[in-house]
Formats: sequence, C-alpha cells, structure tokens
Amino acid sequence: MGISRTVIDWVCGLESDAAGRAGRAVGEFLTEFPEMTRTEWRDLRKCGDEAFKGFARTWGDAFEAALEPVRQFLIYFEWLLLTSPWPLVLLVLSALVWFASRSVALTVGTAIGLFLIGHFTFWEDAMRTLAMILASTVTAIILGIPIGILMSRSNRAQSIVNPILDFMQTVPSFVYLIPVIMLFGIGKVPGIVAVIIYAIPPVIRLTNLGIRLVDKEVLEAADAFGSSGWKKLTNVQIPLALPTIMAGVNQTIMMALAMVVVAAMVGAPGLGQPVLQAINNQFLTMGLTAGAGIAVIAIIIDRATQAYGERLQAHRTKGH
Amino acid sequence: MSGIQIKNLYKIFGDAPKAALEHVHAGMGKPELLEQHNHVLGLQNINLTMPESGIQVVMGLSGSGKSTLIRHINRLIEPTAGEVIVDGVDVLKMSAEDLRKFRANKTSMVFQKFALLPHRTVQSNVEYGLEVQQVAKDERHSRALKWIERVGLAGFEGHYPSQLSGGMQQRVGLARALATDAEVLLMDEAFSALDPLIRTDMQDVMLELQTELKKTIVFITHDLDEALRIGDNIAILRDGAMVQEGNAQDILLNPADDYIRDFVKDINRARVIRVDSLMGPPSNVSGPEITGDTRLDAATRLLQEQNVGQAKVVDGSGKQVGTISLDQIVNSMVEKVELSGNTNTGRARDAA
Repeated sequence: MGISRTVIDWVCGLESDAAGRAGRAVGEFLTEFPEMTRTEWRDLRKCGDEAFKGFARTWGDAFEAALEPVRQFLIYFEWLLLTSPWPLVLLVLSALVWFASRSVALTVGTAIGLFLIGHFTFWEDAMRTLAMILASTVTAIILGIPIGILMSRSNRAQSIVNPILDFMQTVPSFVYLIPVIMLFGIGKVPGIVAVIIYAIPPVIRLTNLGIRLVDKEVLEAADAFGSSGWKKLTNVQIPLALPTIMAGVNQTIMMALAMVVVAAMVGAPGLGQPVLQAINNQFLTMGLTAGAGIAVIAIIIDRATQAYGERLQAHRTKGH
Repeated sequence: MSGIQIKNLYKIFGDAPKAALEHVHAGMGKPELLEQHNHVLGLQNINLTMPESGIQVVMGLSGSGKSTLIRHINRLIEPTAGEVIVDGVDVLKMSAEDLRKFRANKTSMVFQKFALLPHRTVQSNVEYGLEVQQVAKDERHSRALKWIERVGLAGFEGHYPSQLSGGMQQRVGLARALATDAEVLLMDEAFSALDPLIRTDMQDVMLELQTELKKTIVFITHDLDEALRIGDNIAILRDGAMVQEGNAQDILLNPADDYIRDFVKDINRARVIRVDSLMGPPSNVSGPEITGDTRLDAATRLLQEQNVGQAKVVDGSGKQVGTISLDQIVNSMVEKVELSGNTNTGRARDAA
C-alpha cells in the first residue's frame, strides 16, 4: 500500500486519499483487505490511461512509420495472391510445398486442401490470411533471430529477455490488444502487431537454445583455428543450431495462425473474419468450415516446414 | 629461440585463483586447497622446454592436468601465473587479435573427440582453417585435396563426418590441422578414442608425416605405450605437477618415484630400451657388431642366433663405442623383480 502509493505519487503526482482511508475502523484490518480506496483506484486508472494516451499521441505516428514496410509487404502479397489467377496461385503454392518437403502425398494434399477452401467460398480470406502469416512471420524472424543470438551470447541479456517472453506468452492476448488499438487504431497494422507479439517468443527462445546447445568441443576447435566471433557465429553456431531455429520458426508460424481469429477482432483481414461473424450470429456451418480452413492451412505449413527442417539435417541422418 | 618454453606455469580453477595461488606458494597441496579453499589446483609450477621439430609427449592419468596444459599453449585456457613462449613470443601477452592470428597461423590442434563440423563435408572441414587464414578459394581447394590424399582419405571428399568411422574421422581432423601449415601441432589425446589397431595405424601415419614435415608436436596421452612409441621427449604429470621429464630410456631405466615405477611396470622394456643406454666400456670381444640404437629384443635375438654372449656396440660410422652382453640385457629386464616380486616368472618369460 505504502509502496504502490509512493509510485503513483511519483508518476502521477497524486495525493493520498487520507480522508477515505480515515473512514476505515481499526478493527476492520483483519476482515477487510487493505486495498486502495475507490478514489485512489479511479485516480490511478485515469492517470495510467492518460499517460498512455499521451504516449500514443506523441509516438503513434512514429510506430506506424516504423511498421510501414511491414504494411507495404502485407499489401503487396495480398495484391499478388488475390489478383493472380487462382489456378496459378494454387500451382505455385503446391510447388513451394514440393520443394520444401519433396513429398508427393503432402503436395497433392496441399492442392486438394487449398481447392476445398476455395470451393467453400473462403479463397479470398485464405489468401489474406496467408499474406498476413507471411508478413508477420518474416517480421518475427527478422526481429527474433538477432534477439535470440544476443540472448545466447550474454547471460545478462537472457535474464532480461526471458521474463519479458514469459509475460508475452502468459498474458491473455486480448489484454495487449487494448494498447495496440490505442496506438494503431483498427485495421491491418494492429492485427499484425498483435500477431507478432503473440508469435515471436518461440523463435527467440529456440534460437537462444539452439546456439547454447552447440557442441562445446566443436566451438573449441573453431577457437583453436583462430576463428573470429563472426566467423564462429555464421559458420559454426548458426548452421549447427539451424534445426532448432527451424523448429522455432515452425512454432512461430503455428502461433501466428492461432492468432488469426483474435486479430480479426481488431480488424485484421482473413479467415478470422468469417469465424468472428459466425460467432456473433451463431452461424454454425460457416464457423466450422472457416475454422477447418485455418486448420488445413496450419497443417500444410507445419508439415512443409518440418520436412524442410529435417532435410536441413541430412548430414545427421545419413548413416554409414 | 624457437620451440616452446613453459615457465613457472600455474593454473588454479575457482573464484579467486590469485588468492589461492598465495596458499600454493606457501606450500599447500591439491587436496588441502580443495578442502579448505574450494579451489582446484590444475597445474603447479610447470617448467618445460619443448625443442623445435620434435615430438613432446605429455603423459598422465585423467585429472593430472595434461589437457589443461596443452590448452595453455594456444591460450584456450588462461593461466593463473607463468609464461608460455612460442617461437620467442609470450602467448599470454598477446592482444585478442594477435592471439587470433597466432592460433590461425602458428598452431593447429587435433582433438580427442575429433570435433569436426558435422554440417560440412570432409573437403570443407579440411578447408576450415584455410578459410580462417583467408586463403583464396582455388588454393584452399587444392591444398585441402592434397592433405586429404596424404592422410589416406582420397575419394571421401564429399562425405559427411557422420558417414565415416572413428579412425577416418580422426584422419580428417589430422588433415584439417596439417592443412594450415602451422609449425606447432597440438594433439590432445588425438588417438585415445580409437581402437588399438587403428591407433597404431594412426601413430604410423603421424610418424611418417613427421619425418618429412618436422613440426613441433605436443602430444597428450594417458597411454605409456603410445608415449614411448612416438615421444622424443616425455613429461609425466601427476595432480598438476610434473613428476619426471626425459626420453623413453630415462623414464624406463630411472623412474623418478613409485608413481612412475608403477606406470612403467607393465611395459615391454626389451622393445623400448636401446643397447647404448646399457652398454659397458668398449673392449675387444668376439661377437657381432650392432648399432647403439638397436632395441634389446633385437639384440637378444641376434646374440642367440649367433650363439655368443657379447656384442660390440658401434656408432653410425662403424666405430666401436661399447660392449653389451646377454647378462647385462637380462639384468636390465629383471632388475625390478625385487620391486614387484611375485611377477618374477612372468618377467623371465617376457625376457626370453
């Protein structure tokens, strides 16, 4: 009570509600929790909200400018996927799956799955979702891998970043939608920010873990041959950690897909929209088919990236 | 002065090694230091001069500090006190960048568990040290090919380490170390993980290459047979301190203490000891001429075949330098019977 009070005073310059506090009888101490008074609580909320609104007014434009490349990237891919003839898109996506996995079954399954999604009227939504997943995953990787590398090189960085990641993974996603909306309003960008916040922890954690797990003896050998730190990172640590990093990327994509529906609440386009509409109107069939569409996309991406990850470690599985 | 000199080297593992060093200077031993101050005495006052172009073996059981010692030569481990001088330069005074260049150009290392890069092919593993040296791609390629061939792995350039047997992987390790043309070759239990036959095979490969390359080799091993076979000079470590240093003859004939006596007990002396370390003064005996570097087993066989009791020992030019008798040979082999009495019969059979 005393401490929280001091902090509030310091941040907001508020006065202690001595009058409200004085009304409490001493005997109530054991039965009533010593919570802040109604006035204090109202003042604190007002103070916090105002402070963030001020922050959003001052920095909102800067944040939007920083995310402009991501928005452009998203818009471009949406345009590409939506304006290209659907058979071509279907063919290219199936071909990508083939090159990643070299599996006939998965490639044929991809083509059939995507065709069914389109047949059930969700082609455009599915393409928007794909563009969204791509934009947010690429951003998450670009931000996440360097953070993971930093964590692997410094125990101090790890001890700072880890609790933040714990926080990001445990706080309900709706909670951080509130400041995201206050900063960016409604639309594509807040959707993508929400997805990135939700999906970035695995790629950071597994990059860190992968690099930390690299064989100490191989690292010693690299040192003994006079490798520079950069050479060691790019030629030894990252290549050897790559299977683990790929597992992180895979998890990041899966979590991004899981966030599609929640992001739809702040106006992100894609398969989340029909799901949201179905929830609001109790359209069971529509909800189920759109949900199944998300599941199909998730399975395709998951299997393709996993198969690609396994192919990256060909040197491990080839026996003699 | 070239070669490697190690002077007054101490290594103490723990939180406050400098403070612990004071205790060691005051005469505290390894067990007391661990018990009273929770510091591990890794190396204790090591002084060792390793000549250029020779094979220096450092031998000891696990925990004796031999792997710690070899890592001081390229400073993979920082000492607590002392000097390590390679080719006239104190390695411990080098800046980070100088040290990096020193490691890249002057030393190379072969590891017990090979420590190859699993995601690279044999070719690309051998090229690694050359990449660090920033050798141009074409030259890198041809030099790596040459060394892969020299260690007997021609045809395996495109294989990954996991596709090779242990012996073949260590050949890659050896080729990778040799490809950089470094003068100093550090071998940390390089052959210890290999089967006995393959180990002998690899020793042969190394000795054969050494006759031509004349590198300064520091070879760590826990195997006395291996040490006697390849070492020009042998240093024996125990609990971080050097117990004895000398050539194979010294160590077998004059073990410094019971620890080393115990070590050399099971060695077939006849195959290691040279006649010139036993011979008496030259005298005119009737018998064959043998050279001073003849091993006792060969000398015994020769004397038996010719059915004589004595032989003249001559130097390279044929000049007599001494005399050796069967009695002397037999004595040298049963000399230690009194130290380990019950192996009497076994020894006698060995000698015959």
